[in-house]
Amino acid sequence: MAEKKLNSPGGISRLFRMQMFIPIVALIILAVFNLILDPGFFSITMGTNSAGDPVLSGYLITILDNGSEVAILAIGMTLVTAACGGQDISVGATTAIAGSVILRILVGGGDGELQAPIIVAFLVACIVSMLFGAFNGVLVSIFNIQPMVATLILYTAGRSIAAWINNNELPIVTDPSYTYFGGFIPGIPIPTPFFIAAICVIVIMLVLKFTNLGLYTQAVGINASSSRLNGINPTFIKFLSFVILGLCVAVVGLIKTSRISTINYSVIAKDIEMDAILAVALGGNALSGGKFNIMSSVLGAYVIQFLTTTLYKLQVSSDALPAYKAVVVIVLVVISAPAVKAKFASIGKKMRARKEAA
Amino acid sequence: MAGKGNAESKAMPKRGMTDSNKLLLITIIVFVAMYAGAMIFLGEGFLKVQTFCNLLNNNAALIITACGLSIVMITGGIDISVGGVVALVSMSCAVNLDYLNGNIFTSIMVALGIGLAFGIVQGFLVAYLDIQPFIVSLAGMFFARGMTTIVHSQPFNVANEAFQALKNTRIKLPFGSVNAKGVFVNAYVEIGVVVAIAIVVILFCVLRWMKLGRSFYAVGGNQQSALMLGINVKRTRFIAQLLSGLLAGIAGYVYFMHVGSGSPSHASGMEMNAIATSIIGGTLLTGGVGNIFGTFLGVLSLGLIQNIVSSIGLDQAWWTGITVAAMLCLFLVIQSVIMAQSRKKKAAV
Repeated sequence: MAEKKLNSPGGISRLFRMQMFIPIVALIILAVFNLILDPGFFSITMGTNSAGDPVLSGYLITILDNGSEVAILAIGMTLVTAACGGQDISVGATTAIAGSVILRILVGGGDGELQAPIIVAFLVACIVSMLFGAFNGVLVSIFNIQPMVATLILYTAGRSIAAWINNNELPIVTDPSYTYFGGFIPGIPIPTPFFIAAICVIVIMLVLKFTNLGLYTQAVGINASSSRLNGINPTFIKFLSFVILGLCVAVVGLIKTSRISTINYSVIAKDIEMDAILAVALGGNALSGGKFNIMSSVLGAYVIQFLTTTLYKLQVSSDALPAYKAVVVIVLVVISAPAVKAKFASIGKKMRARKEAA
Repeated sequence: MAGKGNAESKAMPKRGMTDSNKLLLITIIVFVAMYAGAMIFLGEGFLKVQTFCNLLNNNAALIITACGLSIVMITGGIDISVGGVVALVSMSCAVNLDYLNGNIFTSIMVALGIGLAFGIVQGFLVAYLDIQPFIVSLAGMFFARGMTTIVHSQPFNVANEAFQALKNTRIKLPFGSVNAKGVFVNAYVEIGVVVAIAIVVILFCVLRWMKLGRSFYAVGGNQQSALMLGINVKRTRFIAQLLSGLLAGIAGYVYFMHVGSGSPSHASGMEMNAIATSIIGGTLLTGGVGNIFGTFLGVLSLGLIQNIVSSIGLDQAWWTGITVAAMLCLFLVIQSVIMAQSRKKKAAV
């Protein structure tokens, strides 16, 4: 109903309806805000890290660095949201599992020396994460349980399982090459997580371009039964979206454990599921499923990190951070709410009519 | 989909069992079986009346939040801000009592005010601006958690005397058990339990016999047809969110009375426990199906699991997580199978 009112001619309403509108506007507002407050926010300096390698530092680099995990999760979360009309709240817990598996294979029971190549550990973690994703997927697609409820199971048990994998020990990796994934590769001054996120985005974009995954996912999300009548298998598509999310979780698990070279089961990737869902919502994707735009979600993830970094810069303590985040989120969703949009549109129409009458 | 089917079966309650009752029956059976099993195999502790009363004492706040959440879930919404609200309420009340010279009355007003404020704002955003309840209450949760640390960043125990007296009030029950010394000891409950049980009874009656309660089910079952029946869908959803917020405020005070301190880490994960217990109690997240009495039993089941796990000796924190998750998984699969069957039956008719 609200859509019809918006059909007035003019570029503004079209811009309003564009999916990238919300994240881009949010980004611009944040950027301008920072520019007014302190232009130094945008300065990037070249320095050297403790290993003597050249690294870039600055707030923007921090955003690109720390926003990458959420961006990677946002890719999978967007697909799950689009296909199932629900969200996976277990990603933080399964990230702990993935990280735990990697550490177990790399240094489990040892003295910190690598026992296996990192790639092997990572691949095993991928398989384990995909299995856990498949578990969620089976509950959602075959047993028809709402995604949030189905993933509540792993949300409750995930961190316990992660601790159990390593017998509740905290293995520490001493090998410096392991820190590359969450830090810097020697000689490249840009943080590695950003590259990893970029690779993930490119891969998923290629997959969406050359397969029917995107189209099928949208069809299933919009109407599962009619897409079944059209020859799509909704069960499989929903299942697949969770497996892909599992893959994203494994990548995040690698980055997260690499950042600190160890793991803390109750803290690692805490509340990241909320950030990932927020990124999807900020990206303008309908949380009830259907049409989606992955780039928009990824942008949303970086916007969240932009906001976080800005707040840190304003000396907001990390515990109080969520309160400010919440205010921003509410303002954003209120602006983009259909009822409010319709109101704006009708006010605009009235003003135009008055102008014509005058 | 399941909700739609149920709205129809609600209209003709005489024919067979409704989904709502079927799910409730399963919850009752599982709870009784677990308790009986615990009595037989673990003996002693579980035979005492006080053990059951402690189950209530420890979970009174969870019972209240889960009731609020059940109502929201019955209307097809969700409210994950309740845990944050409980933490905020207990911290604010603690500050009110110890630093602002408050008394019991003002602290209760603070609790109710915070709960109402969250309920009104979230209800307005969800019902009248039509924003996803998940996102609204997610923001609510962030806001409440953040505000808790802004109000006061360090955990502390409340020293206010009047409050201590209230906190330590024990209501003796007319029955009890004989303790190790052979002396008869009355079982007791805390004030919070009385509040919780009163709320359960009131809400049970509202949902079963009042127009408002029935419209919750109608809206959750199928919004479109509820609208055509002349139900004010927006107002109903608003009231559901409002109730959830208010109950979270009350639960916050009950929780505060139980622990007697304010801390930013209070009630962490309570929202997920509340959702889990609602589901174990037979509420469907899709809306239209649920029962307050089931939720009550769901909370007791969760508490019972925790008791059993710790009395077997598996007191590592992770075992509780894994058993609760396994039980949740079991319930979800049973629910899903039952719903699929009833759908098939309806299709055959």
